[in-house]
Amino acid sequence: MKLSFDRRQVLTIGVGAAVAAAFGVLPAPAYAANDSEDVIKKFTGDKKATEGRIKFDLPEIAENGNTVPMTVSVESPMTEQSYVTDVLVLTDGNPRAGVATFHFSPASGVAEANTRIRLASTQNVIAVAKMNDGSFFTAKKLVKVTIGGCGG
Amino acid sequence: MSVKPRIKLDKKEAKKGDLIEVKALVSHVMESGQRKDSAGKTIPRKILNKFICTVNGKEVFSADFEPAISANPYIQFKFKAQESGPVVLTWIDDDGSKIVGEEKITVS
Repeated sequence: MKLSFDRRQVLTIGVGAAVAAAFGVLPAPAYAANDSEDVIKKFTGDKKATEGRIKFDLPEIAENGNTVPMTVSVESPMTEQSYVTDVLVLTDGNPRAGVATFHFSPASGVAEANTRIRLASTQNVIAVAKMNDGSFFTAKKLVKVTIGGCGG
Repeated sequence: MSVKPRIKLDKKEAKKGDLIEVKALVSHVMESGQRKDSAGKTIPRKILNKFICTVNGKEVFSADFEPAISANPYIQFKFKAQESGPVVLTWIDDDGSKIVGEEKITVS
């Protein structure tokens, strides 16, 4: 499917955006629904993930969606008795939801990882952490993207 | 094509139980499989899909990457110093080839 705008539509959108910006009202981001929910379901096996214990370090506004620095850390003693096994990072607005999965063990010492990710548009970045006792925690953070990072 | 990853440990000599921070950068296009070339054909996906770090042969951290990881992937993580030995970082490409880098750590 190819989207095409004629000149009048383009002008209207432009004016609309300018007005919205002027009044500080941003239209709700139009997400293209991706497979994020399915990916989470597959990861948790339909168990419910509790909010919390995960800390995201992500910029509020990313100028370039091609490379957005992201740190995710999970609160845990990381001992043989209690540790984080996997952390799934995904997005709800990229063409494909998955970003990365980090695998930890007590030998990791802390459950923390940093990498640089691509974001196609303004969207939520979501993390789901799996503990060794089978419980799940989740967190999400909205990142505003000025220039999308998926090419095209 | 062999690529040499850049790896940095925050300390090479540590006491047992210390946390060592590893920073690693590797050159790779990380072609997402979403982009199209000038002729409108999709450029096939080519990414590093797996990263593993072992210390003295034991895995301390690993990650699965998806196309949403930026080109020239950077990864930073920590591990707990237990014993001296080689710290080996391995990236696995979609085509099965590997990029391997190695550092040494001395634990007292």
